[in-house]
Amino acid sequence: MITAGVRTSGRARVPNARPGSSWKDQVAGWLFCSPALLLVIFFLLVPIGLAAWVSLSNWDGIGTPLSSGVHFVGLTNFREILTQPGLAQQDFGLSLRNNFYYVLLVVPLQTFIALVLAVVVSRKRLFARGFFRTSFYFPSVTSSVAIAIMFQFLFSGSGAINSILGYLGLHGPNWFVDPNGIIQTILGDFGVHNGPGALVNHGFLGVSWWQWIAGPSVAMVVLIILGIWTTVGTFMLIFLPALYNISGDIADAASVDGASAWQKFWRVTVPMLRPTLFLVLTLGLIGSWQVFDSVFLISQGNPAGTTLTPAFLAYQTSFSDQQWGEGAAIAFLLFGLIIAMTLIQRWFLREREGSRKRFRGLLLRERLASNVTSRSSDVLEA
Amino acid sequence: MMRWKFGAKATSLAGVSAVALLASACGSASSASSSKASSSSSGQSVHSGIPKANKNPITMEFGSSGPAETSAEKSAAAAFTKMTGISVTVIPEANLTQSLAEGFAGKNPANLFYLSPTLFEQYVTKGVLYSYGNELGNKSSFYSSLASAFTYKGNLVCDPKDGSLLSLYINTADWKAAGLSSSQYPQNWSELAADAKKLTTQGRAGLVVDPNESRLDAFFYQNGGSVLNASGSKVLINSPQNVKALTFVQSMLKAKTLVFPSQVNDADEINAFGQNQAAMVITGNWMSGEMAADYPKIRYTAHLLPAGPSGTRGTLTFTNCWGVPENNSNLGGTIEFVKYLTSPAQELRFSQAFGTIPSLQTVSAEYAKKYPQNAVVLEGLKYGHPDISIAGSTEALTSFNSALTNLATASPSSILESAQTNLQSAIAQNS
Repeated sequence: MITAGVRTSGRARVPNARPGSSWKDQVAGWLFCSPALLLVIFFLLVPIGLAAWVSLSNWDGIGTPLSSGVHFVGLTNFREILTQPGLAQQDFGLSLRNNFYYVLLVVPLQTFIALVLAVVVSRKRLFARGFFRTSFYFPSVTSSVAIAIMFQFLFSGSGAINSILGYLGLHGPNWFVDPNGIIQTILGDFGVHNGPGALVNHGFLGVSWWQWIAGPSVAMVVLIILGIWTTVGTFMLIFLPALYNISGDIADAASVDGASAWQKFWRVTVPMLRPTLFLVLTLGLIGSWQVFDSVFLISQGNPAGTTLTPAFLAYQTSFSDQQWGEGAAIAFLLFGLIIAMTLIQRWFLREREGSRKRFRGLLLRERLASNVTSRSSDVLEA
Repeated sequence: MMRWKFGAKATSLAGVSAVALLASACGSASSASSSKASSSSSGQSVHSGIPKANKNPITMEFGSSGPAETSAEKSAAAAFTKMTGISVTVIPEANLTQSLAEGFAGKNPANLFYLSPTLFEQYVTKGVLYSYGNELGNKSSFYSSLASAFTYKGNLVCDPKDGSLLSLYINTADWKAAGLSSSQYPQNWSELAADAKKLTTQGRAGLVVDPNESRLDAFFYQNGGSVLNASGSKVLINSPQNVKALTFVQSMLKAKTLVFPSQVNDADEINAFGQNQAAMVITGNWMSGEMAADYPKIRYTAHLLPAGPSGTRGTLTFTNCWGVPENNSNLGGTIEFVKYLTSPAQELRFSQAFGTIPSLQTVSAEYAKKYPQNAVVLEGLKYGHPDISIAGSTEALTSFNSALTNLATASPSSILESAQTNLQSAIAQNS
């Protein structure tokens, strides 16, 4: 919209502009866009620009960051987080590790479960389909505060989850206060309690490699479960129309070809869902790297910093410690990270030439096959 | 987990602090820079005389512990309005830290607010607080352990609103059952360790303490140690006295006569005490409200914390002050309101409404008569030390606290060494 406006505001008429479009039309166009445009400028671009400035300044939180008392300090805030050994660097490293495990578990699981649920509720013969569809979607429309509080009760030391585990003869962990990484706990069960010196004494961003591979803490696992549970409903809803869009003919054709239900799902349904899959994975990736509210409401980064995430760390550094520049710098590092992750994921999920050809070939063969078989069945019936 | 809003999400993250930034962007740049320059050059300005009250309405923000506190603040405000004609709006804030930050960034803070010692440290160095404590003439009426938390460069900047402190609470029934005498409560560390051992049974620990600096630091003071030097510029947490104190706690932990709440499957020491998973607890006087509400049948007594080997008493005190910003539409009226709130009668009314201990030493006799069960611990407010308050120390303290959770197996001196480094760098970064 914007580019079109800019292009046609030149002296000469742009050839592909609609006949009869005059400057009046353009003014009207800009007028119609202006409310949205102003909202975007004042509530997105200006705050982002200000945050960028704050990340490069020594603003102390008093008055406007644009006042004359606030000075440009270059990349000092970024250095504090990335290169200077200290608590700020270590916390950022920890938050990256925690969030990495969060993403690693949440994104694949939420996508897979959402897809399975979508396939289940899209079945025409499912009993009480509407009921299931609504109940699967319910967690996504419930207030995150209510859900967080419910999880606090469920997973507290003497909560419902541990009681159920108790009936089964299991002793549940004290979920929210257990800082032990699950990979390290498993290694501990095999008698490996201390990592090799190479891993313990070397590290990245102030966190030793042994800590990097510790896995998510027990407390983080609760947040991971919560993350999956609250998002699958929405993603199921995105998968559903995409599933309905896959023509029944294709599935029929595949069945006639002798494909089993399993093969049909993996070889026909999933490839045809690729654009939707890309959307779901992208949204999931962005949302998981930004996880804030469950951390803020449930754990505040505890225990032992194992539920710190960059988004929460940015908040805490800014509001609790009043290191506004450092907080903004963390936010921008996270921003860069998400962009990079999304690009990498896009590259992985790009439509490869070969696969498209193969897919077309498959379809063609199926069409032919179905025609042949239907004709042969006609013949048989006759 | 966040709800998924399609689009915009990725870009909006860049402005985590967008609200505060936007608020500040709207403030007027010229007034901000001028008032900042004048106050930051001279540090905290001292005032001669307080301006006259006008009729502008006052806004007060506070973090409420519950409906009892909210309604007590509201009725105090209503009484003040009736007396002076200045209207007061009382706003309980769920997140006071954040709303104060937004207020100061937007050059529009509330006229009056609760201010924790840590936030006090953050704002006082920026020169945005109005220093009135020396002007009101009642500076010496407050317990010095409370007032010292709000003293900057020799001036009491804001008045402490109440006081809380750590004490030792003992379950009466458990004490009797262990055959211990009701006239011989633990007075020093060795008695504490011995009594805790006698009180430890299958399924019940002798003593429960939260592995948090705001509990365990009390042992440092009892051993003649300290956390900061007098001017607050140097961290002294790695002293040999402190290592010895932490080693004592560790020895009880190893003997299993002292437990952390997480070990008895509950995240909170007061609940562990209420559910009788421990016979004694070291915690603050706010526990009485929680005990009355959740465990009304448990009888217990309050005692001063035992002294260290040299006979030194020590405890930690907790308080907030009545913070007043320089940038204030009714400075005189706000100070009048503070005078009203810190009057003996009103402090006692607050005690009655939500269980606080008055910050005024001058009403201690009256308070002790009304609440005999708390009388014995009032003594602690005289020699106690305020809990650590260092600007920008959230991360350092979080890391210290998580190290303390591993005290049973970790080395006390290495825990204190890393706390020393982290706290000292927090001071360096904020001065």
